Amino acid sequence: MTTLLNVKDLRAYYGQVQALHGLSFSLNEGSLVTLLGANGAGKTTTLRAICNMVRSTGAIEFDGKPLNNRSTENIVRFGIAHVPQGRGTFTTMTVEENLQLGAITRKDSAGIVSDIERMYAHFPVLKQRHTQQAGTLSGGEQQMLAVARALMLRPRLMLLDEPSFGLAPLVVRDLFGILGKINREDKVSILVVEQNAQLALELADQAYVIETGRIVMSGKAKDIANNEEIRKSYLGY
Amino acid sequence: MELFTNQVLAGIATGAIYACMALAVVMIYQAIDHLNFAQGEMAMFSTFISWQLMQWGLSYWAAFLITLAFSFVAGIAIERILFKPLAKAPVLTNVAGFIALFAIINSSAGLIWDFTIKQYPTPFGSSPFLGSQLISTHQAGMIGVTVLLLLGLYFFFQYTRIGLAMRAAASVPESARLVGINTSWMIALGWGMATAIGSIAGMLIAPVVFLEPNMMGGVLIYGFAAAVLGGLSSPFGAVVGGFLVGVFENLAGTYIPGVGNELKLPIALALIISVLVVKPAGLFGRHIVKRV
Repeated sequence: MTTLLNVKDLRAYYGQVQALHGLSFSLNEGSLVTLLGANGAGKTTTLRAICNMVRSTGAIEFDGKPLNNRSTENIVRFGIAHVPQGRGTFTTMTVEENLQLGAITRKDSAGIVSDIERMYAHFPVLKQRHTQQAGTLSGGEQQMLAVARALMLRPRLMLLDEPSFGLAPLVVRDLFGILGKINREDKVSILVVEQNAQLALELADQAYVIETGRIVMSGKAKDIANNEEIRKSYLGY
Repeated sequence: MELFTNQVLAGIATGAIYACMALAVVMIYQAIDHLNFAQGEMAMFSTFISWQLMQWGLSYWAAFLITLAFSFVAGIAIERILFKPLAKAPVLTNVAGFIALFAIINSSAGLIWDFTIKQYPTPFGSSPFLGSQLISTHQAGMIGVTVLLLLGLYFFFQYTRIGLAMRAAASVPESARLVGINTSWMIALGWGMATAIGSIAGMLIAPVVFLEPNMMGGVLIYGFAAAVLGGLSSPFGAVVGGFLVGVFENLAGTYIPGVGNELKLPIALALIISVLVVKPAGLFGRHIVKRV
């Protein structure tokens, strides 16, 4: 297994406030890794730092190449698709335009057309609504659209920021099922940040637990899920 | 009845110019959330460039095209040099920037070409259009060029990838960056296009208002009125607003006693205020709801 993403001693700042205090972790090619932790632990900040959307220091390497000091839009071109918190839907545009925007950096127009069809096969509800304004979709549908938009990049790594947020439990199950399928079948590595630790641990291979900007625990997802002490003290279930 | 038709058609013709100015204003507003007070002066300066080129012996259409290209590049340059550094500055800093730009361009034009009124040619002639007394060929040309421009822009924004990217960058900048769009350059491109659109408005209206450094003052106020009426968040609304303001202005000038030519401009301003009071988002604008 080769390391796809390697983060070393990551420190991030919002103005004068330091949000991450030297965080290190890595992700193997093809794996599904979850970052867990309470509100304000620094999960979102970690994802934002990878895409250079927040000021940070430390080393971030993707496929052996440093990402530091590159602009967000350039980092995307490495094949890193980020589904932000709140889904980042282009609400005034149609569902299909949202998908096209996901592939805006690609040049192969035939591939884009066939990928849009592939997304409609993954998410049939998007096909039904493809001419509709994306803002009129329900929360669950918008999350499907956000994942589909990210996949349109044909990413090597997908960063997901709390995909379960605000969704009904059944919809969340559905969505996580699809994420697992994407990871296995399309060989997309996934780094998912979640507050719903139980569900994330069922899905993930590897897990890291963050507390106040530091990694306090790491290991196989199975082991962490089975360790009652960790679950009770850090994950709250 | 003939007077009425005549006034409506003339209103549509000047309305076409207001529509262009409104569109230019809305494009920049969408990109950077500020009203460009210098839009009219930029258009005026472009018009002077085209006049100068014709003085040097170029044909009308050659001068027209060169001016378009010049305006496009100049718009990008203004954004890169002046407004990109101000992107994170407070609103008032930007307003000061726009006012400075207004004064600089206005005075430079006066310095280079002086403040005397100049004749500006029309490529369409000013004979009656198709033998009808209702509208002149130049007015018909103003409408024709504007309609072509609007169709071209519609096609560009609806059916090209770069148009899609520009819309995305204007509507949700953060998501646009996350799909790999260089939003900063999209803003610059918006400035270039808006400046070129403004220059078309300037070159089309110059034969009517005559060429001088203050020629666009009134036109820009009508353009603002049109943009506010249609809604600053809606390019389509801005265009409709432009035509409505043009027709409204002419009809008010003709039929409301005591308005005449002198009070037409205050009517545009009254229109801005009434729309802002009654429907702050404009006829076609959307209320922007921010989630906290």
